[in-house]
Amino acid sequence: MAYESYVLVCGGTACCSGGADKIIEAFANELEAAGLKEKVQVVATGCLGFCEQGPIVKILPQGTFYVQVKAEDVKEIVAEHLVKGRVVQRLCYDPEQAKKLVAEANIPFYQKQYRIVLRNCGVIDPEKIEDYIARDGYKAIEKVLFEMTPEQVVDEMLKSGLRGRGGAGFPTGMKWKFAQQQPKGQKYMVCNADEGDPGAYMDRSTLEGDPHSILEAMTIAGYAIGASKGFIYIRAEYPLAIHRLEVAIAQAHELGLLGDDILGSGFSFDIELRFGAGAFVCGEETALLQSIEGNRGMPKPRPPFPAVKGLWGRPTVINNVETLANIPVIINKGADWFSKIGTATTKGTKVFALTGKVNNSGLIEVPMGTTLREIIFDIGGGIRGGHKFKAAQTGGPSGGIIPEQFLDTPIDYESLAKIGSIMGSGGLIVMDETDCVVDIAKFYLDFTVDESCGKCAPCRIGGRKLLNYLKKITDGRGTEQDIKDMEAICDAMNKASLCGLGQTASNPVKSTLRYFMDEYMEHIHDKKCRSGKCSKLIQYKIDPAKCKGCTMCARKCPAGAISGTVKNPHVIDQTKCIKCGACESTCKFGAISHG
Amino acid sequence: METEMITLEINGKAVTVPKGTSILNAAKAAHIKIPTLCYHPDLKPGASCGICVVRQLVPSRNPADNGKLVPSPKMLRACCTEATAGMHILTHDPDIVQVRKTVLELILANHPQDCLQCPRSGSCELQAIAADFGIRDIPFPKEVIHRDPDNSTPSIVLNSDKCIKCGRCAEVCQEMQNVWALEFIGRGEKTVMAPAAGVKLAESPCIKCGQCSAHCPVGAIYENDETAKVWAALRDPEKTCLVQIAPAVRVAVGEAFGMKPGELTTGKIYAALRMLGFDKVFDTNFSADVTIMEEGTEFIKRFTEGGTLPLLTSCCPAWTDWMEKYAPDFTENFSTAKSPQQMLSALAKSYWPEKNGVDPAKVHVTSIMPCTAKKHEIIRDEFMKSTGFQDTDVVLTTRELARMIKAAGIDFASLPEEPADKLLGEYTGAGTIFGVTGGVMEAALRTAYCLITGEAKPPSIDFKEVRGMEGVKKATIDIKGTKVNIAVAHQMGNVEKVLNEIREDRRNGVKPRYDFIEVMACRGGCIGGGGQPCLATDAVRAQRTAGIYTDDEKCTLRMSHLNPEVQALYKDYLGGKTGAQGGEKAHHLLHTGYKKIDVYHFE
Amino acid sequence: MSEKLETMTPELKAFVEEWKSKPGNLIMVLHRVQQTYGYIPRNIAIEISTMLDVPLAKIYGVVTFYNFFRLQKSGKYNVQVCLGTACYLRGGDDIIKEFERRLGVGLNATTEDGLFSVEAVRCLGCCGLAPVAVVNGEVHGKLETKDVEGIIEQYRKLG
Repeated sequence: MAYESYVLVCGGTACCSGGADKIIEAFANELEAAGLKEKVQVVATGCLGFCEQGPIVKILPQGTFYVQVKAEDVKEIVAEHLVKGRVVQRLCYDPEQAKKLVAEANIPFYQKQYRIVLRNCGVIDPEKIEDYIARDGYKAIEKVLFEMTPEQVVDEMLKSGLRGRGGAGFPTGMKWKFAQQQPKGQKYMVCNADEGDPGAYMDRSTLEGDPHSILEAMTIAGYAIGASKGFIYIRAEYPLAIHRLEVAIAQAHELGLLGDDILGSGFSFDIELRFGAGAFVCGEETALLQSIEGNRGMPKPRPPFPAVKGLWGRPTVINNVETLANIPVIINKGADWFSKIGTATTKGTKVFALTGKVNNSGLIEVPMGTTLREIIFDIGGGIRGGHKFKAAQTGGPSGGIIPEQFLDTPIDYESLAKIGSIMGSGGLIVMDETDCVVDIAKFYLDFTVDESCGKCAPCRIGGRKLLNYLKKITDGRGTEQDIKDMEAICDAMNKASLCGLGQTASNPVKSTLRYFMDEYMEHIHDKKCRSGKCSKLIQYKIDPAKCKGCTMCARKCPAGAISGTVKNPHVIDQTKCIKCGACESTCKFGAISHG
Repeated sequence: METEMITLEINGKAVTVPKGTSILNAAKAAHIKIPTLCYHPDLKPGASCGICVVRQLVPSRNPADNGKLVPSPKMLRACCTEATAGMHILTHDPDIVQVRKTVLELILANHPQDCLQCPRSGSCELQAIAADFGIRDIPFPKEVIHRDPDNSTPSIVLNSDKCIKCGRCAEVCQEMQNVWALEFIGRGEKTVMAPAAGVKLAESPCIKCGQCSAHCPVGAIYENDETAKVWAALRDPEKTCLVQIAPAVRVAVGEAFGMKPGELTTGKIYAALRMLGFDKVFDTNFSADVTIMEEGTEFIKRFTEGGTLPLLTSCCPAWTDWMEKYAPDFTENFSTAKSPQQMLSALAKSYWPEKNGVDPAKVHVTSIMPCTAKKHEIIRDEFMKSTGFQDTDVVLTTRELARMIKAAGIDFASLPEEPADKLLGEYTGAGTIFGVTGGVMEAALRTAYCLITGEAKPPSIDFKEVRGMEGVKKATIDIKGTKVNIAVAHQMGNVEKVLNEIREDRRNGVKPRYDFIEVMACRGGCIGGGGQPCLATDAVRAQRTAGIYTDDEKCTLRMSHLNPEVQALYKDYLGGKTGAQGGEKAHHLLHTGYKKIDVYHFE
Repeated sequence: MSEKLETMTPELKAFVEEWKSKPGNLIMVLHRVQQTYGYIPRNIAIEISTMLDVPLAKIYGVVTFYNFFRLQKSGKYNVQVCLGTACYLRGGDDIIKEFERRLGVGLNATTEDGLFSVEAVRCLGCCGLAPVAVVNGEVHGKLETKDVEGIIEQYRKLG
């Protein structure tokens, strides 16, 4: 049955809370009333990425892109657009009152994007396997099982240049090769869906919007390395993604695309879900395996690497969700095609969760090599609220702060490492001048200290010490010796921590010290926070030009910090001031302000 | 089977080691002892502290270097990383040493600074490594998370303030001992080594074996020091102070005085104890011989009259505790004989006072043991008060005795040998071997052979098949045609599988495959006890074990039933009968009972 | 304080039976326990210990390691305020402080009437709606401190 039109409603968690399900319900009712039920299909899709402007509704075949849609708007959309063919102008994207843009392809947010990983998100109904199949779904596994040997599959991965998207960037083909080379026997394929970086939701969106792509990819990987069993280790905090995967697994089983003797090839592979339980460290490979084994998620030393000795001592490959989402496309379109996208060292695309102080916060996918400037200003629409760009942050708690001078850095593993950050899983946080970098470093260390498993001394103790130093500095009690001590701890944590969490936990500190030492010094010597974020460093000042010397403030001050004689300008002693603000609210002449 | 050897380079020196050797152990061949803290040779490497870091030399990434080997910026842990053929290891450079020092400073910053009052001062591994690194000043702010110590058991104290989270105690309690009283609880800096569900040690499965304290590198777990009680008794003019020493003590206490493990110091200990002020000095080896009389006849009775088999030895109180908690289906199998400690104490407050005209109410018995569980044994139940008083008043571990001797200023190593006192002091070789795994079994077999066959001695006085460090030793002993199937297990973690074999036999309705099983909770037997001098390894255990067998060989009499003081005891006091033979006095004083204990006690 | 004794439900029992033979089953079983009771009751943990033949110490080691598992019941309405980076930058910690202030409880504690508890959670992945709070699965996005009172009232009315 062919429909004339399709109404795609973004069903990502964010849009859901914005009322997407009410919108879908409204469409169902209105279309029924208008007699269009047989002609127009309403599809709840995965994340379209333009989260700032959600809920999103896209109408096909025109590709009309409606933003900030409410359930009350549906009546008009049906009446005007679907019945009469007239675009509802007021719901189109309208950047800065410039021009109302109707088509998605014209919207700057989308123009520089290249959606490979997110190819189906926002296009298909993730709970319909037919939709996935209709868009080349399960074509790759068919090719692999009947036209390729496991060695050929591994070679194709190596040729493609695909590198792990979880953050470390290890060549995927090499990891598969190590596992494949292990003697035959029980092997495992694991999908790392424990996306834990705060500010990152790329994997969640992929799992919610295109779950079959992951199942197909894992099956291909299983074939390549000789594994008969796969596990998806997924955060318990992602219930919708879990549901979508459960539905997808059942559907794949039904069609013989998963389980025994897939497509009659003789190859059997099955997938089981295992839930995380609120431990960021379980995103680390060895800790993740410990968690699947039902243990505390405490990492193990490497070597031996999981590809050699992993789950229950067997060869195991662990790949990130985004890495896997690339696999079916690479098989279908070929490694050569894939390796032409991106840079010399970093192939393909990267999905980013662009958040923070940008105008267009959302989920994006760009070819590797795109610059930070393009992402933040062209796609992101620049800094919101008329503020000024201060820094970007990639890699979450393991990453570094990137200041303005590096805005033209192309996104690839090596270039980011060179400037003191990492690719990370895709969280890209944008900061403006009202954000304090010392405070951000403190925020990340707070996270790390809470999430540290506690097994090794450098991370367990070092992380807390770093956090305490940062608190000291943001409280205005820091010294230059604190910086030196922090640097020694950063070095020890980086070299002697047992796992990547501890080894990279010092990156926010190291990078902020490297690029914003002057701000640290301001906090320490001037007891000043130029962004106004560190509340203990806010300074109250009396403007001598406005001060009438009425002495009211001095009398109100509970700390006795204000001095001055009658009819003469008064002065606040910063060392005594407790920042209560009583003086400012008392002054009738507007002579006292804070900043 | 040939062991495959591999060659690698350590600091530029070629070294050949068996495949599977860790970098840590491989480095020893290159004159390098890489500093460690959490590592212990008994256990799987914990890989936690981060002190043993080293570097590999890897091909340079700089094209100009033409693949020259340069130190990798990354470091790896030597304790848990396997040395592989062709590896190039750099064990130290100024950077590596600095990283180790910083890690150490971090650990010290979170550690209480009261070495002077710490039970492990002088034997603390953290103290030692801090001294080796020349730590003078800790640059980081000090932060100790304080929790009240857990001294709920009479045996062991848990002081989490000093814990460095090395994880040894959990590994010991779980994997070595299969008790599962301790585990990592919480996460990150809030981690504590503690029992489940917030209960105290006394309410947990803890069997008080003290192996946790024997492996703890610092003063976070230690024995409950009761020396004050002993000094008080010695000071009390009303009390007649008797003391007994266990077999395992004599081959270990010398270590506290600079002597080698395994050096026999029996005579010196007697002398030192007298100098401390004890009125009479006895030897638990005497009552070990008595135990053989009691348990030997018990075994023969069951073996020949179709009683419950297998017979399980009962002298180890940690094992008894484990059985009552985890294997109450073996209660009937347990020998009802008390431990040698309890037998001697019972006799010390009945037999000895009678023979010496002393009021038993004034007798005080101290027992020097290699064991922390013994501190709990003495108050276990009413059977431990068989004399009408608490039979044993105080148990001191070997470590506590050493401290008493030092506090008194006695120059232990130079002491001349003295004999024990009469009545409860003489022992045969069979008694002394109670201190090692297989010893109880061997002693019992020596006497059982004679009692069953009526012969003067077995063909070989040594039963070598029960000796050694293998976790479970099995043998069939041929007593002139009568086959006795025996098993000897040590280290609690090795015991359950033996019990499961019997359970399988029960399920299948067949005769149990063992007739007699000896169990000792500590690795190596009592010589490896939780109360022995710290830092024991298999090498030390081997030396102590050799000392015990030397003691056995030195004895003129090597079978318990030939001990003249034992013979006198039965003739003059016990009516010539053991408990199994119907002797009422023997039954009352020298036998005990068992009960089921909940693994956890919740309020 | 003695712990409440919960009853093992037939569904939970069936789940444990189904998962008994699967290696690594402990965390999945604990998830089902928490789903059933809202926390991990001690007596259920003891039953699980017997059914799975896993020492109680191991169970508590796992439960206390993972933030998701609770040893005590939370409030009827559990307010989870996201402290991911995006939410933090857009004032997430102010939202937390406002909830704490208005409800009179600190983090991870329950109000006297058992209605509310507040916790700070890791990134929920709704960064486009920062700052975000989730109450019993319902997402409240683009929050300002002045919205907090209204949200509390909304649930208080439900009782």
